[in-house]
Amino acid sequence: MSITAFLTDSTLCIGCKACEVACKEWNDVPEDGLNWTGFSYDNTRKVGASTWRHVKFVENAPEPGFGGNAPELNTWSFSSDVCKHCENAGCLEACPTGAIVRTEFGGVFVQPDVCNGCAYCVVSCPFGVIAKNTDDGRAFKCTFCYDRQKVGLKPACATACPTESIMFGPIDDLRQKANDRLETLHDRGMIDAQMYDPSDTSVGGIHAIFIVRGDPRAYNLPPKPEVPTIYLKSGWKSSAIASAALLLGTLVAFMGGRNGR
Amino acid sequence: MVGKMLPGDSEHDREAALVLIRKQAEQGTLQQPGVRAMGAPFPKATPERGYYGIPLLEKPAWTWEIPLYFFVGGAAGSSAVISAAAEWLGGDLQLAREARWVALAGVSISSVLLISDLGRPERFAAMLRVFKPQSAMSMGAWILASFGTFTGAAVLLDLAREKGLDIFPLRLTGNAAKAISSLFALPFSNYTGVLIGATAIPVWNRNVKSLPIHFGMSGLQSAVSVLELLGHTDSKPLNVLGIGSAAWESFEGVLLEGRRERVLEPLKRGKSGWVTRAGGLLSGPLPLGLRIAAALSGKNKARQLRRFAALSGIAGSLFTRYGWVMAGAASVKQTTGDLDI
Repeated sequence: MSITAFLTDSTLCIGCKACEVACKEWNDVPEDGLNWTGFSYDNTRKVGASTWRHVKFVENAPEPGFGGNAPELNTWSFSSDVCKHCENAGCLEACPTGAIVRTEFGGVFVQPDVCNGCAYCVVSCPFGVIAKNTDDGRAFKCTFCYDRQKVGLKPACATACPTESIMFGPIDDLRQKANDRLETLHDRGMIDAQMYDPSDTSVGGIHAIFIVRGDPRAYNLPPKPEVPTIYLKSGWKSSAIASAALLLGTLVAFMGGRNGR
Repeated sequence: MVGKMLPGDSEHDREAALVLIRKQAEQGTLQQPGVRAMGAPFPKATPERGYYGIPLLEKPAWTWEIPLYFFVGGAAGSSAVISAAAEWLGGDLQLAREARWVALAGVSISSVLLISDLGRPERFAAMLRVFKPQSAMSMGAWILASFGTFTGAAVLLDLAREKGLDIFPLRLTGNAAKAISSLFALPFSNYTGVLIGATAIPVWNRNVKSLPIHFGMSGLQSAVSVLELLGHTDSKPLNVLGIGSAAWESFEGVLLEGRRERVLEPLKRGKSGWVTRAGGLLSGPLPLGLRIAAALSGKNKARQLRRFAALSGIAGSLFTRYGWVMAGAASVKQTTGDLDI
């Protein structure tokens, strides 16, 4: 039993969406609408209540030498997005029922038998991952395949991935692997490859590290995600001021009004 | 030009034709007859626009009950504090009694609204299985439960007294219930500002320092207004509180209008902007003017003016909460590309 993580390497991803399918099958996740978006070959848009793995299709300018395309065709970058399983998870901190817990593998897990669908986690996730299923009423997100990890199996997505773009293992090993892989890629001339692992923010590190090409913002990976609990201190301070103002205001108003009435 | 290259040509030409069609579709200038690109021009995935302009954050999943809960809860909390002050300091026992009832009605409606917004209402009690200071929602649930319990007890003990059971232990527990109810009423009237302030939604968390005071004053304005509409248009302290809260709401509006930040746009533009601005006007300058005029007028005129101020204050307080919640959804739409907002 160790602290585990995903390492999703977009330079190896071929956009087959086997991870999406495996996730849906294993976890019995409902379909999420069949609509055409016009956004490359991605018609799912983003992770949500019924999409726990989501392959992003980012198209870049033609770039001979990488990707094996004809010279006039766009280069592709695919990246399989997933819940980041933050060290300081906004959803977990916000959950008023204790339904969202930290597992022994370091993941963030929503207990479906406790969640009462208050949806406070939805506005507390700095990555826009967890969402409320309006048919079911409860909030859902990636479980990090807690049931599979419990019996020593890899999560469904990592098992199904045919190119090992989704790697799974102890987090320290994966960080080392990511650094080695980056070095290899840079040596090969793919100098825009970089690691996404925002450990210097209040989120304090994530359990789903990514290797992407170019600016992570093109993949909707925020450069500075912050866990909303950092705003609590100012909030309660302001609440205390408001309470004091209300108390003093009514005291003064009614003491002064005694004779005036 | 493109048509010439379609069937019959080599695979390479057909690919090139498709590339051209896609390029034109992306720019929204498709020339090809018989092809209509829905939603073009298509955005691209770039650092500036993010992933096809799809917002990073998830839209708040709250329904109409939540802003209404903010309104009713704010009024109930302030009303309980007014009740205690009216009884113990002002000597206005009728106002104290009615304000206590307003608080009880408010906290009861609040609970119904909060529970019916849940995806699984039958599990509302799960809120009370943990006590989590780091969750504003958990603290709110406990504050609501405590405030409701003690306000209910205070009203019941008062009723017993009115029915002739005026004995010392009852009076003592009644007063204790009132004091404790007022203690919980204070945070209950404004914690909703912390609730939305401590979230990932930019327009909310950038205003976390002012939101609790803003919502608290809005709650005071609505409590004063409800009590006036119940007939307390002669109470001077109520008008003083009305003037104070309307003055604060005017000041808050001036502050917000003066800040020119992209993150504040949902409070100024679009549907959410109009609702928020209307709320500011109706709970700030308008009742402020009416109340000052009332303070300077004769009795009958003053009553009339204060009734108008009260209606304006209630509408303004409602609009303010709906406006801010709507602004949250609009703010989420801004979370593309420049994810630092």
